[in-house]
Amino acid sequence: MADNIIIKIQNLSKRFGELIVLDNISIDVTCGENLIVFGQSGTGKSVLLKCIIGLLNPDSGKVLIKGKDVCTLSQKELDAVRKNIGFLFQGAALYDSMSVRENLEFPLERHFSLTQKELDERVMKTLEMVSLEDAVDKMPSELSGGMRKRIGLARSIITEPEIMLYDEPTTGLDPITSKEISELILNLQKKLDMTSIVVTHDLVCANIIADRAIFLKEGKIIHRGKLQEMETSEDPFLKDFFSKEIINEQ
Amino acid sequence: MKTPKIIFKNRLSFEEQVYNFFATISGLTVFVLKFFKEVFVPPYEIPQVKKHMDELGVKTFPIVSVTGFIIGLVLAMQTEPVLRTFGATDYLPGSVAVSVIRELGPVITALIFAGRVSSGIGAELGSMRVTEQIDAMEVSGVHPFKFLVVTRVIATTMVLPILTLYVDFIAMVGAYIAVAISSEMSLAYFSHSVVSALAFGDFLPAIAKTFVFGFIVGIVGSYKGFTAEGGTEGVGKASTTSIVIASLLILIFDMVLVKITLWLWPII
Repeated sequence: MADNIIIKIQNLSKRFGELIVLDNISIDVTCGENLIVFGQSGTGKSVLLKCIIGLLNPDSGKVLIKGKDVCTLSQKELDAVRKNIGFLFQGAALYDSMSVRENLEFPLERHFSLTQKELDERVMKTLEMVSLEDAVDKMPSELSGGMRKRIGLARSIITEPEIMLYDEPTTGLDPITSKEISELILNLQKKLDMTSIVVTHDLVCANIIADRAIFLKEGKIIHRGKLQEMETSEDPFLKDFFSKEIINEQ
Repeated sequence: MKTPKIIFKNRLSFEEQVYNFFATISGLTVFVLKFFKEVFVPPYEIPQVKKHMDELGVKTFPIVSVTGFIIGLVLAMQTEPVLRTFGATDYLPGSVAVSVIRELGPVITALIFAGRVSSGIGAELGSMRVTEQIDAMEVSGVHPFKFLVVTRVIATTMVLPILTLYVDFIAMVGAYIAVAISSEMSLAYFSHSVVSALAFGDFLPAIAKTFVFGFIVGIVGSYKGFTAEGGTEGVGKASTTSIVIASLLILIFDMVLVKITLWLWPII
C-alpha cells in the first residue's frame, strides 16, 4: 500500500435483503485529501460512510484504515481506530440530555486523562473554532439547525482526528449558512490537517471543499475525478444531475 | 450476539405477529445475556447509575406515595366490615400488613414503576436510536450498551426495592388512618399487631422479588428503545410496548416467584 493512502476500500459490497446498496466499490483516499461522494438519494452514500466507520458490516470486501481492516478488528482495536476518526451525522446527533459543554467533554473524558481545567480549555478552544463560544451552556434543543451542525462538528473534531467523515453536512440549511459551514469544514481541515470524505448533494459545498469526487449510481461508482470534470461531463445522467442541482442552488 | 429483527409495519399478518412474538422473546434473551456479559466489565459508569437512580427513582416517589397510601386505606376500609362480622377486627392490622407486604406492595409498585419508567426508557433510547445519537456514541469509541443500557438496568434494579419498602410503609400509614377513623385502636396496638403478624417469610422474599421486577422494567424498556426503528412512530411503539411487555412479565414472574417462595417458606 502506498504510504500516503490513509483509507483504502477494496471491492466493497453491501445489500439489504434483495436490494444491492453497494456493488463492488473500490476507493483510495490519500492523506490530507477531501473526497466528495455524490449520488442520488438511496444510492448508498451514507451506507458507505457507515461501513468505513464500522457501524455496518459489509457483505464482502475490505475497508482499510491506515492498513487495518475495520471489518476484522476486535472491538478494542476498532475503538482505537475510531479514536482517530470524526463523524458528523446528518442531523448532528447531539446528545439531547447533555449541554453543549457535556456533549464536547463526552469523547474527551473517555479517551484522555485531562483535568477539569484542561477539559474546559479544550472545549472553549474548539467552540472558538466554530465561533460558538456563547453556546457552551446551552442545551441542544435551544440551538438552531446551523448551530447544531457547528456543535456536531466541534464534537467530532475535539479529539483532533486524522480522518473526518461528513454525512450531508449542509442538508436542511439555508444557502448562506450552508456556505458558512462548508467554508468552516475547509478551514478546519486545513488547520487540523485532516483527511475528509464528504457525502453531499450540495454543489456549493462540494465546490468549496472538493479535491476529488466520485459519483455513485445504483451502488456502483460511475465517475471519479475532479469535480469540474463531472460538471462538464457529456454523460447524460451526470449532465442531468448537475443541471438540476444547479437550478436547485439558484 | 445479534438481536432478531422485529417487523415494523402498520398491518401485520398472523404469521408476522407470531414471528414478532418469538423475535421479541429471543431478542430480550440475547439482551439479558449481553447485560450479564457487560455488567462486570469496567468501566462501571457509577456517576451514570447514580444519575439514573435519581431520575428514575426519586421522581417516582410522589406517584407511589399516593398509590401506597390509597392501597392501605382502601384495603383496611374493605376488610374491616368483613372482620367485624366475625368479631375479629383485632386481626385487621395484621391482615392488611401481610397483604400489602407479601403481594400488593411489590406488585403494584412494580406496575406503576413499569408504567412510568419502562416507557420513559423506551422513548428516550428509541429517540436516541432514530436520531443517530447511539451511533454517534459508538463511533466516538464509547460502548452505548454499557453507557445507556447497563447503567439504567442497574438503577431500576436497585431503586425498585427501596420504593417498595417505602410504599409498604405508606400503605400501613393509610391503613392506620382508616382504622383510626372507624375504631378506637391506638397506634401502639396497631403497630404491635402489624409487627407480630409479620414473619421473615413474609418480608424477605417479597423484597427479593422486587429486584427481579426492577430488572424487568429496566431491561424491557432498554431493549425496546435500543432496537427501535421507523422514526417517531417507532419511538411511540417502543414506549407503549415497553409498558405492556414489562407489566406482563412482572405478573408472570410474580406467579412463578410466589410459587417458589411458598415452596421455600410455606405458610403454616
